[in-house]
Amino acid sequence: MSNVNLTINGGKVSVSGNATVLEAAQAAGIYIPTLCHHQGLAPHGGCRLCLVEVEGMRRLTTACTTPVAEGMAVKTDTPQIQQLRRNILELVLSEHPHACFTCDRKERCGPLDICLRNVGVSERCVTCPKNRRCELQEVVNYIGMPEMTVPYTFRGLSVEKDGVFFDRDYNLCILCGRCVRVCQEVRGAGAVAFTYRGSQALIGTAFGQPLYDVGCQFCGACVDACPTGALVERSAKWMGTPDRQVTTTCPYCGVGCQLDVQVKHEHIINVIPNKDSPVNKGQACVKGKFGLDFVHDGDRLTSPLIKKNGSFVEASWDEALDLVVRSFSKYKGGQFAAIASAKCTNEDNYVLQKFVRAVMETNNIDHCARL
Amino acid sequence: MAGLATSFGSGAMTNSISEIGEASCILAIGTNTTIAHPVIGVEVKRALRGGGKLIVANPREISLCRMADIWLQHRPGSDVALLMGLMWIIVDEGLLDLAFVQERCENFEVFLDSLKDFHPKFVEQVTGVPAEQLAQAARMFATSKPATILYTMGITQHTHGTDNVLAIANLAMLTGNIGKPSTGVNPLRGQNNVQGACDMGSLPTVYSGYQSVADAKAQQKFQEAWGAKLSPTPGRTLTEIIEAPNLEPIKAIYLVGENPVLSDPDATHVRKALERLEFLVVQDIFLTETAQLADVVLPAASFAEKDGTFTNTERRVQRVRKVIDSPGESRPDWWITCQIARRMGAKGFDYQNPEEIMSEIARLTPSYGGISYQRIEQVGLQWPCPTAEHPGTIFLHKDTFSRGKGKFAPLQYRPSAEQPDADYPLILTTERSLYHYHTSTMTRKVKGLRKLRSQELLEINPSDAQKLGITDGQTVKVSSRRGQLTATARVTPVSPPGVVSMTFHFAETPTNVLTNPALDPVAKIPELKVAAVRVEPCRPEQNAPAPAMAGSR
Ligand code: SF4
Ligand code: SF4
Ligand code: FES
Repeated sequence: MSNVNLTINGGKVSVSGNATVLEAAQAAGIYIPTLCHHQGLAPHGGCRLCLVEVEGMRRLTTACTTPVAEGMAVKTDTPQIQQLRRNILELVLSEHPHACFTCDRKERCGPLDICLRNVGVSERCVTCPKNRRCELQEVVNYIGMPEMTVPYTFRGLSVEKDGVFFDRDYNLCILCGRCVRVCQEVRGAGAVAFTYRGSQALIGTAFGQPLYDVGCQFCGACVDACPTGALVERSAKWMGTPDRQVTTTCPYCGVGCQLDVQVKHEHIINVIPNKDSPVNKGQACVKGKFGLDFVHDGDRLTSPLIKKNGSFVEASWDEALDLVVRSFSKYKGGQFAAIASAKCTNEDNYVLQKFVRAVMETNNIDHCARL
Repeated sequence: MAGLATSFGSGAMTNSISEIGEASCILAIGTNTTIAHPVIGVEVKRALRGGGKLIVANPREISLCRMADIWLQHRPGSDVALLMGLMWIIVDEGLLDLAFVQERCENFEVFLDSLKDFHPKFVEQVTGVPAEQLAQAARMFATSKPATILYTMGITQHTHGTDNVLAIANLAMLTGNIGKPSTGVNPLRGQNNVQGACDMGSLPTVYSGYQSVADAKAQQKFQEAWGAKLSPTPGRTLTEIIEAPNLEPIKAIYLVGENPVLSDPDATHVRKALERLEFLVVQDIFLTETAQLADVVLPAASFAEKDGTFTNTERRVQRVRKVIDSPGESRPDWWITCQIARRMGAKGFDYQNPEEIMSEIARLTPSYGGISYQRIEQVGLQWPCPTAEHPGTIFLHKDTFSRGKGKFAPLQYRPSAEQPDADYPLILTTERSLYHYHTSTMTRKVKGLRKLRSQELLEINPSDAQKLGITDGQTVKVSSRRGQLTATARVTPVSPPGVVSMTFHFAETPTNVLTNPALDPVAKIPELKVAAVRVEPCRPEQNAPAPAMAGSR
């Protein structure tokens, strides 16, 4: 598709003709608040926070569902738009704790401090696992806290602990439906859906059954999609912001998902499937998302071992390597073989076959890929 | 992947993962995609959302069947008959892409001749798939373009695995579904870097980039580059390394990161062979069942503790990056191997880092010629990528096949090596669990994954279970001509009558003592998918409590 030109808040933007207004704004670095929109999901137009004004259109329109057109003039932050957004937010916040938006002490408060605002323990900012990593906080920061005319009610639901690797705390849910859509549309599992308890809309499994019994694959896509603290990985729950994040390739199957691995205190605390990778496009499976802890296992080998009288004793690298070298030297040629690994890197494999061929003088090398 | 190399001249996945989502028709044969490759499952789902059709061919009612337009439930080991049957109908109804066949392929007449034996009536008899359903599938596949074929171990782990792959290649050529976007023949690799290990020459017959050791030019080139005299005699395959009665005995093995005592067919035998060695070095991150047998164990760094690259199933070379420090004295595999080489006085092993190794790979491997860490910093590149300017290759065989013309292969139906009989009346096929990986050296160290699936389950159809007096959760004895073990029965209609299945993820239930090591004559892949077994209930006092969470996953 050829590019089209439009203006956003007076600035010129040129994007592909099949982009949406939201995508055009993002490409131009202009923030439009969103809640129901999520990369990889079909545009939904449910939360209406992304309202923008398009010149010549009678009504405001949602940026996430509106395609760009040549010559379009878009405004994203007029006073009228901001006011409408505040009205929408007010409804969202009538069921979501808001100490984390309003309290002026929030920067200074630690988990063990006594709350000076008389907020119930389960609704405090410091007891939300997503505090400071939350999309809703980002949105409120941008739009400003609405004046609350409807009273806030705490849902008082118990936290669902059946996710094995993640918990579901629907007290923090804003009903954006991202988890439901990713589970159904993208993963094809359909494990969670909108449910009702009386007149109260909620997210949950059919008849409140455990996730395992409703076809959940524990892929964690819903957790990655959730903007709030409702769905959070257990491993990262109380860890706050990570020290660093490194993108690497998953060690499990041959798909080679790109994973953003988050580290705190030299421990892997969380894994976010990389959104820009053409291979996995923000998705992974249970093994890549939740299965990397094995590297921290206490049974890891940490020293070379030499077998003496039938049992292993720890040895230094010098000792072990000298023994290997002495023995290998006796078996050059057809008596020697190497078995390589499909789990090791290309570089590991290349060096190994070079060693077998150039030093051990044989082509006896194979790996277990036939299995 | 010998079959594909015969047909097209290259054994890799022909197309790319992200193309699957745009296909009009997907044939998934011998792949439990949503379990073994969930992220490919996401692509399949995307194709369906866009109106694409899905044909699943699998003896078991895997979860993919629920999404399928047509599910062909053929008997284990009857894949060649099924595929040839589809082609018989396509030819008979004139649905083939004759222009493509004539322009791009050869050996068509010979193939056509062999196709004569596969009348749908015969195919129905052999596969159990009704002729009418077969015809529906044939029409759907031949008329929805582009169409792509996905497969995995379900196809290759048979004594006739190469034939299966040749049949798939025939079908793709016959319908002109190759060398175009969202088409192709796509083997989904089970382990993260199988593709890379092959590309790098961890094979007895080739240097990196499939340059034959028997080829004088290649030998010359590597001799010059490495400064060493190289042997032109092909080496031994894994099975021949473990045992080859007629060859000089192997006395020393250097085994890196594998656990064949658990993964190999006929595991008892592997253990014995390794015990017989004079010297065994195992290099791994855990003290695996195999490492226990070693004379020296060398501690390796895990993937999270080193830099390097993996090549995925779509030929994409991607970066592996060091995330954390490796524990204790453990070191990256390349470092350890280099140390051994250097201490043996060899030249050419003093790399400072993996990036230097990659430049040597690029220099000596035409298909990796344009690959450098700098270029794959953001997004990996797909080989062939011969030069620094080349953008990489999204799909293969665009204008011509790697071998020139695509070669049709005449095929015959041959039953599996082992057929059920009075003593061993059931067919055992091996499976994978969503929650574990290979011999589960890694996954079993993850608490949550252990919780989701903690033990081996033998899946058996309710009708068979009833006949044998077996109830869900009961401990059963499984025996084959080679060995026996006990497992917990899971009674489920997912397994068709006459077929039982197990995974091979658990050390205490070494499924592979049961399986048949009979090899495919070409690819030398053992027949892990079909073995004849007998299942008996254990006495009640031997019953283990039923697992807390026992799904068919
Ligand atoms: S983990 Fe995956 S399958 Fe389970 S509810 Fe979340 S998205 Fe659905
Ligand atoms: S759980 Fe999270 S993703 Fe799901 S509807 Fe609630 S806020 Fe949205
Ligand atoms: S983000 Fe556009 S309507 Fe929710």
